[in-house]
Amino acid sequence: MAKLPAGTLYRGKVGMWSWVLHRITGVAIFFFLLVHILDTSLVRVDPEAYNSVMATYKTVIIGFGELGLVAAILFHAFNGVRIILIDFWRKGFKYQNLMFWIVVAIAFILFAGFAPRHLMHVFSYNH
Amino acid sequence: MEIVIETPNSPRKRKGANWEKYGWMYMRISGAVLIVLIFGHLIVNLWDKGVGAIDFAFVAGKWTNPFWQVWDVLMLWLAMIHGTNGMRTITNDYAEKEWVRKTLNVSLWVVCAALIILGTLVATTFDPCIDPNAVNYLPTVCK
Ligand code: HEM
Repeated sequence: MAKLPAGTLYRGKVGMWSWVLHRITGVAIFFFLLVHILDTSLVRVDPEAYNSVMATYKTVIIGFGELGLVAAILFHAFNGVRIILIDFWRKGFKYQNLMFWIVVAIAFILFAGFAPRHLMHVFSYNH
Repeated sequence: MEIVIETPNSPRKRKGANWEKYGWMYMRISGAVLIVLIFGHLIVNLWDKGVGAIDFAFVAGKWTNPFWQVWDVLMLWLAMIHGTNGMRTITNDYAEKEWVRKTLNVSLWVVCAALIILGTLVATTFDPCIDPNAVNYLPTVCK
């Protein structure tokens, strides 16, 4: 951003940070999806090539990357519902702040349930 | 350059189809459907048996079932168009030169179309029997 906008609508509160997070997670998921379509396409070419690329998804380092991806999807998905409610529910705007924290709570609880299980899968595969 | 921003809720003056509005609706409708499709995808592929179980045989097990082929193709189309249109919003926000903005947006849709065509072909023409071991785990399909 080269120039400062003359008047800004977003002043560092929940409304701005939820938007920043929604944007960053959306971009991250988008680039993962591009790669994911390409790697899956190997099933049409050669089973061994597909399996060897999948083996990299099972490494510990990429395993942690997958935690990040799932966290991004959880936030983006539930904050997407929040955006839809702000747009279509009459009281959505009034509760947008509260809904943000509900989004964070739901995403966090689901992530806390997923992360240990995923790490168990990853580490037992790499035992 | 001076930028004049219209009153946000002033009625639209231009005639013709309002594509920005359809795009706006699309982001919300596809988002709602994608919650079901993506969460189902993650539960079956990542939660149930974990990443460790994903290999060619795993994919063959799913894509010999039309249910998962339709699921995945639908998810592919909805997510790629949602993501590409979201990226377009972002380039429109940050690209300052008109030719940069146009080039980025055209590139985004070219990549989107290419990956949708590729992914759709892969999922619909999938042949589990190109794996010589497939007779072992899919004896009724591959002989
Ligand atoms: C899981 C279900 C999803 C829901 C409920 C959802 C919901 C939304 C909503 C409501 C918007 C705002 C659109 C607007 O402001 O007009 C949005 C933006 C966006 N989404 Fe999603 N989305 C989902 C999945 C995805 C996926 C899979 C991708 C990537 C392929 C993605 C990438 C984006 C991007 C890049 C934006 C633009 C962000 C911005 O303008 O700041 N979303 N999403």
